[in-house]
Amino acid sequence: MPDLKQRSIAVYDWFERRLGLGAPVIEAVEHEVPASTASWWYVFGSAATVILVLQIMTGVLLALVYAPTASNAWNSLQFLDHNVRLGWFLRAIHGWGSDFMVAIVLIHMAQVFLFGAYKFPRELTWIIGVFLLLLTLGMAFTGQVLRFDQDAYWGLGIGASIVSRVPLIGGALVDLMLGGPIMAGPTLSRFFTLHVFVIPGLLLAMVGLHVWMVLRLGINDWPMPGRLVKKSTYVREYHELTEKTGIAFVPDAAWKDAIFAAVIMLAVVACALWFGPFGPTGQPDPTIIQTAPKPDFAFLWIYAVLAYLPASLETPVMFIAPVLGIGAMLLLPLFSPEGEKHWSRRPVAVLMIAVIAVTLGAFTRLGMYTPWSPIMDAWTSDPIPVAYLQDRTPLEREGAIVLQNKQCRNCHSIGGEGGLRGPALDSIASRMTEDQMIRQVLQGGGNMPAYGNALSPSETTALVRFLTTLRGNNLSPAIDASRHIVLSSEPNIPPPVGH
Amino acid sequence: MTPSEQNPPSDQATTTTEASHKSAGHSRRVFLFKLSLLLNGAVGAVLAVPIVGYLLGDAGKKRGSDNSWISLGPLSDFPEGETRLVNYRNPVTTKWDGQTGDVPCWVRRVSGTTFQVFAINCAHLGCPVRWFAQSKLFLCPCHGGAYYADGARASGPPERGLFEYDHRIDGGNLMISAGQMPTLATQARKEPPLIQLEVSGSAARLAGVEKPKARCGSCQT
Repeated sequence: MPDLKQRSIAVYDWFERRLGLGAPVIEAVEHEVPASTASWWYVFGSAATVILVLQIMTGVLLALVYAPTASNAWNSLQFLDHNVRLGWFLRAIHGWGSDFMVAIVLIHMAQVFLFGAYKFPRELTWIIGVFLLLLTLGMAFTGQVLRFDQDAYWGLGIGASIVSRVPLIGGALVDLMLGGPIMAGPTLSRFFTLHVFVIPGLLLAMVGLHVWMVLRLGINDWPMPGRLVKKSTYVREYHELTEKTGIAFVPDAAWKDAIFAAVIMLAVVACALWFGPFGPTGQPDPTIIQTAPKPDFAFLWIYAVLAYLPASLETPVMFIAPVLGIGAMLLLPLFSPEGEKHWSRRPVAVLMIAVIAVTLGAFTRLGMYTPWSPIMDAWTSDPIPVAYLQDRTPLEREGAIVLQNKQCRNCHSIGGEGGLRGPALDSIASRMTEDQMIRQVLQGGGNMPAYGNALSPSETTALVRFLTTLRGNNLSPAIDASRHIVLSSEPNIPPPVGH
Repeated sequence: MTPSEQNPPSDQATTTTEASHKSAGHSRRVFLFKLSLLLNGAVGAVLAVPIVGYLLGDAGKKRGSDNSWISLGPLSDFPEGETRLVNYRNPVTTKWDGQTGDVPCWVRRVSGTTFQVFAINCAHLGCPVRWFAQSKLFLCPCHGGAYYADGARASGPPERGLFEYDHRIDGGNLMISAGQMPTLATQARKEPPLIQLEVSGSAARLAGVEKPKARCGSCQT
């Protein structure tokens, strides 16, 4: 054995004499870090890097089978899922790895922000980190396109429609994005190039810079309330702290990173095994229009925001908000490079994270069940509850049929079934009088189309008669107060005096 | 100053001359290096022209130059007063487009020879709108945009009505001018009323349209 050991040392020395990389690498991994940074809060960056490696490995393996042409991509995914041994599992890991990567990059960013790590001298580390977030999201979007199914096809349509709104050069940008006049073969080739060559190249280069700067400047010290960052003294203070409390990064601090990375990898594998791969949904045939396209998880919140913006604000918000948001993130360390790092002394920072997290969460949740979308088949799939037909006159029952046939339920629910776009109709008669209902049905308004052209007078009468019976749990019907006054005061009006 | 230090004046002289030689050589090489940078800059610029040209491709060409007239079928396919989904093969395709080269559109025959041909793409964000004949509405599944039978905006987030294709009737066939995905960038400048007037203006342009095969013989097979 000692012979073997000596021989391996000799081999190592042979390489080391020529490469000279061993010594600086060992020095780098063993460099001293302040003991307080050996924390479970400091594990997200390394976990994101590990998932990146996982994504690259699984991505290369998927590329062995994937056919990046519009006519074959979807078929090759089916082939991967069903004909290639464990192909489905590789797809599942790659898909879930992407979701985990976006999530961990966001958590890493929030942690770094709350710990004031973007302050002097780590401003550039943060700025590169912002680009890493954007590149990660770019990978998520282009990856969704490569899963060339219905969602991917119409997602490209949404992307092209957004780009087309850019003033003046919108049309040229759409051509550039699609690689042709429509979403087709050249479009997929473009996104394949972005997903496989361009963005990963940039991502790896920037991760290299990011890690290099962390090594060069030292990991952010654990913030203490009242310990302010000053450009004149910070570096000296940091070195004193490292000298006083320093521990070797490997192994004293890195074991937590390693354990967390293993847990995250296991979580990805567990999700892949349990939930399986994402899609592909229907084939990318634009002539199959029976589809409700939806973006992947990371972009659901944008999908939701675009549903709620008023038309007049939409284009400005689409292009001004991202510039402001990304600009603010990029400029943050330049405007506030000094001062307090600890979250307990930075209430605005904590509030911002809370508000942003709740906002993104709420919009994502809305994006998951899209209450703004009509349910296109509700009118033929959901029956009127029997209770709403009992003890009704023939005219009222005829109205129930009109309600069904005229697709009202695509937007209005009854008995808990139907669209959420408009208000539920179960107790509509307790809120609207018959006259108001007739007006609303015929003229529309308040986000409801006018049905004057789609309903005959008899259909309108029947429909509204049926609606007046919908008073929820026997609530009292809506009444027209002014009408009541008119009726009750009528006898008091003196009869007109004739000439 | 010791004599020994003063002793080798010749040595000093040689080092000075060597140094001056060296510095002369250095400045010459710096000049050559700068020249090489300049040369590489020039080569880079020469290379950049075709690379950028390749990358931008047709992005700078005139709007609508991809469009050509194609037939959607004989008029008898379209009953009066009805709105029907019609698929066509995009006039500009590649062989590897697969199904993505087929594009649907909604054809509404108002009466006689009065038609409206709507794009499938919602004017909001391009999702496929569906026609509901009973309620006489186009509905979009993505964000709930709704349009009336004539394509006018009814409700929801779209800021305008459905995109329309230019169309004409030729030898009993309904022809549309198609090729490019309709978006706000290509359609915003088109005022719907002008579509009817444009027919006469573009008559000359249409003369050569009768033979769409000339455009791309291979895609028609």
